[in-house]
Amino acid sequence: MSLWEYANPVKFLRLSSKVLPWAWGLGVACLFIGLVWGFFFTPDDYRMGSTVKIIYLHVPSALMAINAWFMMLVASLIWLIRRHHVSALAAKAAAPVGVAMTLIALVTGAIWGQPMWGTWWVWDPRLTSFLILFLFYLGYLALWAGIGNPDTAADLTSILCIVGSVFAVLSRYAVNFWSQGLHQGASLSLDKEENVADVFYQPLLFSIAGFVLLFFALVLLGTRSEIQFRRARALSLRGNAQ
Amino acid sequence: MNALLVRDLKLAIRAGGGFGLALAFFLIVIVLVPLGVGPEMDILSKIAPGVLWLGALLACLLSLDRIFALDYEDGTLDLLVTSPLPLEAVIITKALAHWITTSLPLVVVAPLLAVLLGLPANGYLWLAISLLLGSPALSLIGTFGAALTLGLKRGGLLLSVLVLPLYIPTLIFGAEVAQRGIDGAAVQTPLLLLAGISFGTAAVLPFASSAVLRINLR
Repeated sequence: MSLWEYANPVKFLRLSSKVLPWAWGLGVACLFIGLVWGFFFTPDDYRMGSTVKIIYLHVPSALMAINAWFMMLVASLIWLIRRHHVSALAAKAAAPVGVAMTLIALVTGAIWGQPMWGTWWVWDPRLTSFLILFLFYLGYLALWAGIGNPDTAADLTSILCIVGSVFAVLSRYAVNFWSQGLHQGASLSLDKEENVADVFYQPLLFSIAGFVLLFFALVLLGTRSEIQFRRARALSLRGNAQ
Repeated sequence: MNALLVRDLKLAIRAGGGFGLALAFFLIVIVLVPLGVGPEMDILSKIAPGVLWLGALLACLLSLDRIFALDYEDGTLDLLVTSPLPLEAVIITKALAHWITTSLPLVVVAPLLAVLLGLPANGYLWLAISLLLGSPALSLIGTFGAALTLGLKRGGLLLSVLVLPLYIPTLIFGAEVAQRGIDGAAVQTPLLLLAGISFGTAAVLPFASSAVLRINLR
């Protein structure tokens, strides 16, 4: 019994149909707890007022935007090395979710930035690198959409994902050349003493967990429908041949 | 490799279009900027290095689909893939031919066009150096993009959507070198990083491009 057994689409479908309701349920529950707790039962920040509550959408979505790309990278590598179709389809399913997360992070950031910094947008390194990440997602999605043959598309997008990752990291550090910017540094990390204050931290953890589970559920759903779409197409092709 | 390089260069110069077209495009972009921004020289000279880099980048982008398209259509590419020359070498040669026919003329012309934008006098040298160092990366990354979109009907637009994000680091460091050269600041760090990108892409990207080309010709 190894993890690779689930590279078999039938086994994957069977397992994922069992896991999916749990992921949905837990995800929605966590998000509900995190958001309600965060929005209604935490005090206002003494400097930022109630705008601080955007953090419950902004931070988790930004986190997932980067991790979705990372997951696509791992899935692409697995596809290129071991040729498991489920992996390629999971990468394909993760891209639209990742793009949505990037957009949420950018938009909530703009809404937060307007009252705090007095501007919707600045060319700050962090903001810029997120916009660049968005462009990379667009290119990846466009390549998937542009190629007809699914295996060729999977191969090409995987290589683009790997090359793109290198250039995305390069861009991330290249934009640091301009200035330090307005955006604060990382306020959540495991190895630092100083984090966000506990009142904000605990609901934030729930909301992050909710985003992770929702991402997981959406990717599973996307992968499942891709598999079933391919099956339907194979069946209709076979029907035409007869 | 030499024979292929000579052949590509001859084709680019004789078969019309490609060679001068990128230069003309570059000229037009640079002329359009003052028309859009306004003719104040102090604003123009301020944005000159960035605009020149952007123009060179777009002109380079314009000619990318020619790298493989013609050879793909008439079957030459299949012969090249099956030839004893490794595909990586073919790609390096193609990128080199593109660099000589497109990027190098842009580098030569850029200081001339800089006059139109009123680039400060101490900027010419650094602009030329930054373009010279950065343009190989533009050609190599472009070759990768051209290989990716080979044989697609709507390849042109897709090519730019794919390639432009990959150009970001080169653009940032290149424009930074030119800008710092004008300001009289230390250029060493961005210059080294720019050279690093060019040499790094020369070392690694041909492998990715040839993998992509093999997939596309399967």
